[in-house]
Parts: sequence; C-alpha cells; structure tokens
Amino acid sequence: MSKNVKSGLIWAFVGVMLAVMYIPILILIIYSFTGAKAMGVWSGFSFELYADLFTNESIMNAFKNSLVLALVSSLLSTVLGTTAAVGIFYMRKWKKSTANFIANITMENAEIVTGVTFMMFFLALRLPYGWTTLIIAHTMITTPYVILSVTPKLSQLNPNLYEAGLDLGASPVRSMLTVIVPQLIPGMLSGFVMAFALSLDDFIVSKFVNGSVETIPVYLYNALAKRGADPTLRALSSILFVAVLAVLIALNVISAKRKARNIVK
Amino acid sequence: MENNLTVAAEQTAPPKKRKIRGIKRSAFAFPYLALSIVFVIVPLFIMLYYAFTDGATGGFTGANFVHFFSRPNIMAVMGKSFLVALLTTVLCLILAYPLALALSSSALNKKFIIVMLFVLPMWINSLLRTYAIKIVLYMMNITNAWVAVTIGMVYDFFPFMLLPLYSVVSGMDKSLIEASQDLGASPLKTLIKVRIPLSLPGIISGILMVFMPTVSTFAITDVLGDTSTYMFGNIINQWFRNSGGWNIGSAYSFILLILIAATVLLANKLTKGKTEIGGVL
Repeated sequence: MSKNVKSGLIWAFVGVMLAVMYIPILILIIYSFTGAKAMGVWSGFSFELYADLFTNESIMNAFKNSLVLALVSSLLSTVLGTTAAVGIFYMRKWKKSTANFIANITMENAEIVTGVTFMMFFLALRLPYGWTTLIIAHTMITTPYVILSVTPKLSQLNPNLYEAGLDLGASPVRSMLTVIVPQLIPGMLSGFVMAFALSLDDFIVSKFVNGSVETIPVYLYNALAKRGADPTLRALSSILFVAVLAVLIALNVISAKRKARNIVK
Repeated sequence: MENNLTVAAEQTAPPKKRKIRGIKRSAFAFPYLALSIVFVIVPLFIMLYYAFTDGATGGFTGANFVHFFSRPNIMAVMGKSFLVALLTTVLCLILAYPLALALSSSALNKKFIIVMLFVLPMWINSLLRTYAIKIVLYMMNITNAWVAVTIGMVYDFFPFMLLPLYSVVSGMDKSLIEASQDLGASPLKTLIKVRIPLSLPGIISGILMVFMPTVSTFAITDVLGDTSTYMFGNIINQWFRNSGGWNIGSAYSFILLILIAATVLLANKLTKGKTEIGGVL
C-alpha cells in the first residue's frame, strides 16, 4: 500500500467518525427551523420554535436560575477550592492522603449516589429543597475540580515567599492574599471556568435537591423523559449546542495559541 | 541557574517552624475539609443508616439487601444492565482505539483542531446529545428499545473513551514501534505485542470512564428507552421517587458505591496510579 493510499484511508476513517459525531447535532439544528410538532417532519422554514422559546416563561426562568446558580456556586467553590489546595499542598503523609481521599469522593462516586445522599441529608436537616440546597450541593461537587486546577500552580511556587510575607509582618491571611493568591490566579481562573461549566451541566444531583427551582438541564430532563417531547426543545437544544461549541472552540484555540507562543519564547 | 540552586538548597534545609502566629499553612484546608465532612461524609453515613433500617419500624435490618439478592427479576434486570454497559464499553473501545491510532498517525500529524472536535462533545450536556441521537434513531426507524439505548450510550460516552486512549497513544515512544518493525514484526504483531500493551493504562481508564457511568445512568434510558430498559441507575431513581422506597434505594446505592470503590481500587492497582488524562481541555 502506498503512503498516499494509506493516509487517504486514515483521513476517510477520521472523516466518517467525525460525521457520525456531528450529523445528529446538525440534523437537530436543521429541524429547529421548522414548526412541525413531530420529530423528523419538515413543514417549511420558520423561526416559529425560536419565537416560542423566547416567549416561554419557564425556559427563560430556568436560564436565569442556571446562570445564577452556576455563578454563585462556582465563586464559592473557587474560594473554597483554592484555600483547600493550599492547605492540602502543605500537609504531610497521612493527613495529605486523607484530605485527597475526601476531595476525591464526589468525583469518583456515581452522581446518582451523590444526589440521593444529599437529598436524604437535607431532609434530615429539615432544610427545604431549593436555592440553598442547590448552592450547597453544586459548591461541594465542583470544589474538587478547583483543587485539581490550582494544585499544579502551587508546585511552581517558591515555598518561602509566604513565610517571607509573615517575617515582614503580614498576617497569615494577608500574606496568603497578597503573596500566594496573585500567583495562583491562572489556576483559579481555569478552576472557576470548570466549576461554572460543571454546574451549568449538572442535572443528576440537581434533580434530587432542586425543590421547585428549575435549571436548564433539569427542565430538559423533565421535558425529554416525557413522551412526545415539546418541539420548542429543538430550538433550545440548538442554541445550547452552538453556544457551548463556540465557547469551547474559542477557549481551546486561545489556550493553544498561548501555549505555542510560550514554546517560541 | 544560580537562583534555582539557592531555591533547591533552601528546600532541602531542615523545615523552619511551620507554625507561625498559631496558624499552620495546612489550616487553609480546614474550611473545605470541615464542609466535606458535614456535606459529603455524613450524608454517606445517613445513606448507610437508611440502608440498614426498616422504613416502617425504624429498627435495624438486613432485609433491604436481602431484597436485592433474593428477587430473580431484579437480578435479571441487573444482569441485563451490566451486559448492556459491557457492550457499550466494548463498542466504544473498538471504535475509539483505531481512531486514537489514526489521530496520532503521521497522516494527521496530531492535528489539534480535529482531536479537539472529537473531544469537545464531552462538555456538552449528555441530555442534549441524547436528544440529537433520538431524532436520528427515530428517522432511521430504529424501534428496538435496547438497540436505541445502546446506540445512544455509545454515542454519548465515546469521547470519554477516546480522550484517555488518545493521550496514551499519542504520547507513546515511537522508537519502540520502529524497533518492533525493524526486528521484522508485522504491523498486526506490532499492534498486539507493542502498541496495545503500552496503551493499557489508557484502555483501563477509558473502560472506567465509560462502564461505571453507563451502569449508573438513568437519563439516557429514560429518554431513549421504555419501561423494559432499566439500568442500575433507573432502579435507584425509581426507589427514591417516593419516600417509602428510600431504605431499599439506599441499600442499592450502597451496592453501587461498593462496586465503584472496587473498580477504582482495581484500576489504581493496574495502572499503579500513573494514568493521567491530559490533552485537550
């Protein structure tokens, strides 16, 4: 087999796989531009579903809820995760491995188990399901990912800077805020983005503790699990697909460019 | 250079007093660890409490576990759900391994954008992807619920298999493969004797990242399947729907938890904790 034929075959295989991956999404987007109630039926081009979407109060409300929840919980988990990363980094032996084990629990556990344990716990506390329980749950499940993205930055730190701050008369908190935190900002930012994305994406844990607060994924699940899903979902899903893909591609291209620049330097 | 040396010298010097003005640096982890104990570990014990108590009388009992092991129909559902998860994992592996090889081959030259396009769907909500595949299945007139569910799960979890495979395959030392070829091994023999053993850590973490989520899913089956397509996750979800089922549901969750812990431990042992999922995002 000549080299050209071989690389042609490889390209063809990759192309087919890519098509299989993206054609369903493309079909969904195409059919979001027709008003037909049934799936896979084309009843002429229209923006009907999009008009329905933006006048649908519960969807707009769910959007707002999702964004507020993601923002609040990812801010909390960035603070909590960064301090935890610093603390765990300076721990030794069994304390360190115990702390890491604790941080790993929610990451390794099945989300449904995490969800039901939260549900039973909040009932035992007599804490009504809603905003408070959602924020607690999302903060707890996203914090380990912040720890994961801050820890590598810590190992690049000069270990004596914090103590230098103390020796020069700063309080521990001040030394942390003015000496350590500025150097951790890149890690904190990527942790924040990750926590935000994970919170926006979550519906398994949310579903068990949301009470009457509906987020976008919870709305999607409730609507899809019922037979004969509402056609407005096609417009909603298309917008979400395009938005998420655009953000992800932009983030990746930016980070790849930055990496390339660093290598050149 | 000099700078680095001084830093290294300081690091090897005996640790200075780590406790300054009463606060250790490690104390910064306390807020999170305390919250974790309250909001993660205590709830696990509450689940354990529910799993070992009788819902009606509140007394200690093992009946919730007996319930699981004594019902032939539940065991059949469980068996089926493990079989489907296994099938999904194997299909993902069969499709993703050649793709990982192709993506890291010289023909593609590790083109960043293409690898990225394959991995990106990981970050799109699985409900959305399930909805997209549902429309395609409907248009292709695939009506068998188990077939639909399996296709949907392969579609949803494929990127999670590809990413760890791609990171081991693309990071592989190419000279080993060349050496194998120079020593006269056929491409197939090189694959079996060199490439696959070297990619074992990636294969193991790929299997973990597909198998456990598949077993514990309930959403994909809710969207694509019918009342016959039950995974472990569906059973748990079902028991928690009304408060009378929480004890049995907890027993089932506990069994799932043990399974996960066992697979994580096994995987850590097999890969000696060396697996690292790096690469794109």
